[in-house]
Order: sequence, then structure tokens, then C-alpha cells
Amino acid sequence: MSERVAIIGVGWVGYRPSTPEVSYKELTYEAAVKAYADAGVNPRRDVDSFITVAEDFIEGTSIFDEYVPDQLGAVLKPVHTIGGDGLHGLATAHMLIRTGQSEIVVVEGHSKASNVVTLPEVTAYAQDPIINRPLGLNTDFIAGMEMNRYLFETGTTLEQCAAVLVKNRRNALRNPLAPYGADLTLDEVLAGPPLAWPLGRYEAAKHADGAIVIVLASEERARSLCDKPVWVIGVGWCNGAPSLESRVWGDVPYIQKAADMAYRQAGIRQPHLAIDFAELDDTYAYKELQHMEALGFCRPGEAGMLIEEGATEPDGEMPVNVSGGSLGMGNLLDANGLARALEVVLQLRGEAGQRQLDEVEVGLAQSWRGVPTTSGAVAILSN
Amino acid sequence: MGMRKVAVVGAGMTKFMRRAQETGKELSWQAARMALASCEMTLDDIQAVCLGTAPDAFDSIHLKGEYLSDGAGAWGKPYMRSYVGGGTGVFAPIQGWYHVASGLFDAVLVVCEEKMSSFYPHAQGAFLTIFDHTTERPLKPNLLWIFAMEMNRYMQTYGISKEDIAHVAVKNKRNAADHPCALLGNPDITVEDVLNSELLAWPVNRLDVSPVSDGAVALVMVAEHVAKRVTDKPVWIQGVGWSLDTAYWTNRDLAYPRYVEYAARMAYEMAGIKEPRKEINIVEPYDPFDYKECHHLEGLLLADRGQAPQLAIDGVSLRDGDMPVCPSGGLLGVGNPIAAAGLMKVAEIFWQLRGEAGARQVPGQPKRGLAQAWGDLMQVGTVVIMGTNP
Amino acid sequence: MTSKIKVFPGTPLREVDFKEGKILYRHDEMNGQYAWDTGIGIGSYLAALKEGVLLGSYCRSCRRTVVPPRTVCEWCFRPMNSYIPLKDTGTVNTFSLCYITWDLKRIKEPEISAVIEIDGASPLHGIMHKLGEVDPEDVHIGMRVQAVWKPADEREGAITDILYFKPIKEG
Repeated sequence: MSERVAIIGVGWVGYRPSTPEVSYKELTYEAAVKAYADAGVNPRRDVDSFITVAEDFIEGTSIFDEYVPDQLGAVLKPVHTIGGDGLHGLATAHMLIRTGQSEIVVVEGHSKASNVVTLPEVTAYAQDPIINRPLGLNTDFIAGMEMNRYLFETGTTLEQCAAVLVKNRRNALRNPLAPYGADLTLDEVLAGPPLAWPLGRYEAAKHADGAIVIVLASEERARSLCDKPVWVIGVGWCNGAPSLESRVWGDVPYIQKAADMAYRQAGIRQPHLAIDFAELDDTYAYKELQHMEALGFCRPGEAGMLIEEGATEPDGEMPVNVSGGSLGMGNLLDANGLARALEVVLQLRGEAGQRQLDEVEVGLAQSWRGVPTTSGAVAILSN
Repeated sequence: MGMRKVAVVGAGMTKFMRRAQETGKELSWQAARMALASCEMTLDDIQAVCLGTAPDAFDSIHLKGEYLSDGAGAWGKPYMRSYVGGGTGVFAPIQGWYHVASGLFDAVLVVCEEKMSSFYPHAQGAFLTIFDHTTERPLKPNLLWIFAMEMNRYMQTYGISKEDIAHVAVKNKRNAADHPCALLGNPDITVEDVLNSELLAWPVNRLDVSPVSDGAVALVMVAEHVAKRVTDKPVWIQGVGWSLDTAYWTNRDLAYPRYVEYAARMAYEMAGIKEPRKEINIVEPYDPFDYKECHHLEGLLLADRGQAPQLAIDGVSLRDGDMPVCPSGGLLGVGNPIAAAGLMKVAEIFWQLRGEAGARQVPGQPKRGLAQAWGDLMQVGTVVIMGTNP
Repeated sequence: MTSKIKVFPGTPLREVDFKEGKILYRHDEMNGQYAWDTGIGIGSYLAALKEGVLLGSYCRSCRRTVVPPRTVCEWCFRPMNSYIPLKDTGTVNTFSLCYITWDLKRIKEPEISAVIEIDGASPLHGIMHKLGEVDPEDVHIGMRVQAVWKPADEREGAITDILYFKPIKEG
């Protein structure tokens, strides 16, 4: 068994509202070549196992696993797909390396969201086919109901949720990867059209295309290959209630459980002190606040105050989504978790350019699989 | 540091049915509950859940893993769905293995489910979307095309006849007559019955193919210290392997499944097996078509190239032969709810090695067995080797 | 354990259970529409098909000509950027006579699917297509065939610009 696992290479293409000039294979190839060069590995010779995170209905291809190996240099190698978010893929690589049977493992996630012509209809097919889908509701209604209950239970305000959007899109202006940077005011956001009241349309992240590849290695290989390994010190993931009828609406206990698992591994008892910065799921603006509370950064109802105080700004006590998050970089569907992890890696290596944070040692990435799921994951990384 | 040992301690399965009244969630729950009951464990003892299920297209449920979560027992637990097409059923226990071998968990539930009957008018239609969307799908290909073409190439390369291959279908459907969950068991079937069945896509006839089905299978997999507490007959995972070939399937030789060989070599190395033909007592290769059992035995290095059909003809692969192959009845006999069918093979090895396979028990107290599945565009091999010794 | 258990769960249904209304069900059709970007490799392939040409690509380090063309060689992982027009003739690598359509309708005259190794590509490198203008009885592995194209003004840049492959009269 290899106890410790490190990220030794990252590569990405992105993120853009559409990428008509390349196929998903070509998009992924570019990210893979960059990641392998960054890690100093040859996929045909050095990599023991490959993982893709993908869902058939997003790709528009059944058994999408078929089309994975060629562009990753993975032909006739151990490859498998995880029907999960990028952080589920990262956790899988972590497990494979810890078994001692694999030393170098690659995780890939990509989004060609621009190719899905009927994305809302496809998403509706994740609703229960017998008791929910016949109602014919756009799946965003679930986010609207959840947000409403969250505001009711915690006293969080519409302004505080809108402030997340203002912060993240402003952060995105300093991130060359982010297509949705903007300098908005609270009033502009609040005056925007509704999506599923109280959720406003601007508060739902727009989609983007992109690809991310991450190379992980055992401690021994990481130390021989890499000057700046970023250690995976904790991973956790969890599923919550399986149906709309059985869930709690104001809270996300599955994120709390996923975090507890990761904190236990990392030996973290006081997350707000131990963690220097975080990249959280913000596919809907209110989710960033809800996730901060579930992760134990503050008590329920306090996240809204923290954003008002500027605590989560890049120069605050606990910067959140300094990358711009999904609101600034775009919703990459199941590649979202890898985008979160990528930003944490770049920050920990001191390679985040204009948006680099000072003196950071421990960062947290968190993901959620979107409506209607109750599935999320957490990874804690350290340099 | 040594590797953490992982054991299978419980298994459960539903009947394999052409059309089940139960939903996919309910089938999953039935299999999971039976697996837990078989080793006197409860869901509270389970720390994580691994799910295998094949394309979402069968029931048009996007994020099918999320939908099945409660049936699989995953509410409030770490839960992941792994996916390698038809190879998924033997991959899910590999996923269970790395969950435990990583040291993150001591007890996991592995559930594989398939509900193929939901697709209207027939599950076959769902397979159109497995082909490349730009270069192949516009030709309206049928899943039968590619398997018939692979079978044809295999027969032509080695001079094998349809009759030679039909012996496999006969053996497996006869074996399945002893399986209480089987859909197509038939103790009296003959080679002539297979050859005279309806022609679907030459050289494939109706009885060369396994039936689409609904069903679920589950396993409980645990670390060594838990295994010793819950059972005196753990079955250990000795080796795992998997390999995925190029998606450009028209750019490679269809006569030999080299991806199965790569997966097998990985598993043999981990299990310390040097002479597989001598060291493996029972084999459950993937047999959605009868020629595939032959193809896979060759890829597993358990038969010489082009020689596998002879094993069934000579009786070597019968239940009381020297190397029993598909003593369960396989997919051809028990049924083919894709992911569940693969895991059924692993469950069969588990039951056989514990001496609990009832009328299907192979003689001679087998010590080691191998289960294998295959999938994607004739492209992926997944292998699990299990034994009575760690 | 199977030997100890007499009853396994699961409730098989029959077609008549639905007809008689004993089992309720819900019918739905999925509206999943996609506009896949074809990219550089396959985009070039389609553009060439429109011109009546089968295009491959060549990997200099593996000395291999593949079809359809791609931008990365899956064996050495190097970029592949030389495109090579291939002939529209080839050899049947394998075939099937299929009496069932993709959506499971029974047909009298079989659809003949084939993998055709294309002349000019490396050995064992071919594409999947259909055969036509041939008696199913006469099809054999190793048969020489040629593409039958749609008229130039009807071609749209799709694999269906080739209607099928037909036998080349030998001798």
C-alpha cells in the first residue's frame, strides 16, 4: 500500500461557451498532452490506469466508455469510467494508488455542453420517470424550492445570494480561463429575470466546454518525478436522499458527510482554521453559501454574513472561488469537480497568475452533481 | 507494505426475467438484502456502495446511478457507479476490491442491476446509440451486425463451423436447467435445435444469443479482519485485471480478443499464476453469444487460438469435465441483464468455491475460479480471480 | 448459499398482463438532441466524402495509414497530421447477413453489413458499411468491392454519401 498520493501534473483546455472547431476527442487530447508534459510522463509507458468521468446522455452516446482510450494514450490499458463528478474520479485514482497495484493514474473529465441541443429536456430525464417527470417541470424548479427553504430556515437574504454572483464573476475577470467575467452590481443581479423564484436566471451558471486531465502518483513516484507535488490529504463523497419526496430541502447533509470523511483522513477538526481557501460548487449562487455551512466553515445562516463582510473575497480570511467558480468559468457538468481541483492545485503551486493567493498551504475542492441529485464530493489538497 | 486482502463473504440475486414487475430500484434492493442476509450483516455494517449498471438508454433515466441509489442501499453513504459497458458486471467487484484494498473502507456492498425491458419496443433499439455518432450511426447499424461479423471472422480465421460453436450453447443452456434463477435452462436441448432456430443475422441464430432480461445481483466485500469475524468460508480476491482496446474497432483484428489477454495477464500476475490452465479450476467467461465463450477462453490463455470450441465438443468444459466452463449456465442459459449477468458469474464462483452451488456444484472441491466479462465495442476485458486461499 | 435458498425474489410478467390492464405503465419518448462538433479529423473525412473521396491519415512513427482519419495516433500518442486520399475500393474483412433491422423489425432481404479493408490503408484497417448489388449467397470474406456513391449534387458530407459497396467483377 502507498499511503500518500500526490497530484503531479495538470492539463486543461478551456473554458469557452462553445468549441466548434474541435471534437470532444481533440479537446481531450490537448488537455492530456499538456498534463503529461507537466507531469513528465509518457502515457503509453508510464501510466498504470485511466479514469474518465462521463454520463451517456450528456455525450449523446450510449456506453460512452468506448470512446475514451484513444485520445488519452490509454489503448489496451486499464481504463474505466465513473458515472460521477470529477472529484469522484479523483477519489477513485486515490484509491487505486493506495491499493499498491497502480503507481501513476490519470483522471479525465470534459464538457461539450454546447453540443447538447436539448440540455433541459435531457436533464429532466434524471427525474423519477413515473412520479416526477410527468409533471413536466424544468429541473431547475428543484433548485428554486431548495433555495426557498434554505432562505427560510437560515434567514439568508436574496441580496446575500446575489453577492455570490457578483463576487465570482468579478473574480473571473482575473482568470484567463474564465469566459464569464463581469463587473456587476447587486441591483443589476436582483433586477434580473427569475428562473425559478426565488432563484434568478443570472444566478444559475451558464454552461461551458472544456477538458481537464490530472495525473496522480504514489509518494515514491511523485518524489522522483515532480518538484512541486500537491498532496491529496483527504477525499470524501456521499449520496443523500434518493427522491424529491424524501429529502430535506434547506440543508445538504450529504456534503457534510463527504466533508467529515475527508476531514477525518486529513486530521482536520476545525476546518475554518485548517483550510486556507476553497473552491466550492456554485452552479447556483445560493449553493456556495449552503455548501460553506455544510463544510463547517461557519454555522448555518452565517455564510451570508461572511460574504457581506467580504470574508470570502480573494483578500478575505477564507477566499472562496477565487477562480470565479462555475458562475465565472462556466458549468462544465461532470468536469466541474476537476475544474475546482485544478484551481486548488494551481494556487498551491503558486501558478495562479494574477489571482494568486499569498501563503496558501491547504485548499479544499467540493462538487455537487447538480439537480436533481444529492451527490457530492470533497477533496483536500496540500503542498 | 503488503497489499490489503479483500474477501467476498455474501451474495444474493433475483431471478433473471424477460420482464420483471419490480423496478430497477426494487430489484437492486432484493439482491442487496439477500446478499447482506446471507452473511448476517446489515446495511449499518456497510461503509460504502459500488454500483454497476449498463447504458442509461435502456430505461431512459439520465444519471441512472443516482436514481438507483436507495435500492442499492446508498442513502447517506459514499456511493459510486463504475462503468465499462458490458464488462461492468465483472468490473463492479473490482471497484469493490479497490475500495477495500485502498484502506478507506472495511465493508462495501457491490450491486449490479439491469432493467432492459423498459425500452420500447425492444432493448435492441437502445444499442443504436453505442455506435460513433458521425461515422457509423447514420448507417442504422444493429448490434447483431457487429457480433455476427466478429463471429464470422473468428470462424473464417480458424476454420470453425457453426455446429462446433453450437455445442457451447447446448452446454450452457443445459447447465442452466439447474439454476433456480435461470430464464432459458433446458436439459434436453440439442445442437440441431440451435442450428435450426430462427436466423437473425448470419451466422447468428436465435439460440446462439442470450436473452435480454431484468435482474440484479449483489455481493458483500470486506477486509480480512471483518471476513474472519463474519464467516469461516471467505472467498478471497486473488487477482483483478481490466483493459480497454481502441474505439476504432474496424482498424483491428476481430478474430482474437487481445484486450481480454491483457486483462487476464494483469490478473494472473497479481494472483501469482504462471500456468493458468493448471491453476484455475472453474471458469465463468462472458457468453452473451456462444462464440464469445470460445473467443474469451482463448483470450484468457485457457485454450489455444481456434481450439476453444473443441473443449465443449470433447466435454472438457462440462460441469464434470477437467475445466468446467460456465457451470452456472452462463448468460446463454441464466439470462443477460447486462451488468447483473457479469456479477452473476462472480457470485457463481463464490458459491462454487464454498461448495454451495447445489445441483450445479462442480465435483472435486475447486480451489480457484475466474470470472470474466467483455463489452463496449468488442473492446473491453474485465477479469476477477477468486480462491479459497488469500 | 444458493443451495440453501428455495425461493428467489423477482416477479416475471407476461405480455397479457399489460393488455389486460393488470400492470399499469407509463410511455414516454426521450427528447435528446445533439449537434456534435466533428472536429478536425472527422470534419476532414466528411468534407472529403462530399467530394467523393475516402480520406485516411498517416502516422509517420508507426508507418500506419488509418481510416477514418484522426488527429492523434492511438498507438504512439503523437499527432497525426498528414491526410491521405485512399481508393474507394477494398476487400471484405468480415460480413453478416442481417434479417433484423436496428429496431428489431424482421426483413425478408437481409441487410449486408461488412467491415471493408480500404485499399491504400494499412492491412486490417477498414470501415463499417453495407454491401449491395450482390446475392447474399455470393458474399464471402476476401471479396473485392467498390463504393457506390450518391450523385455529386446529392452528397452532403456524411458516411451515407456512399450508398453501399458492390462487388468488383473479377477477371
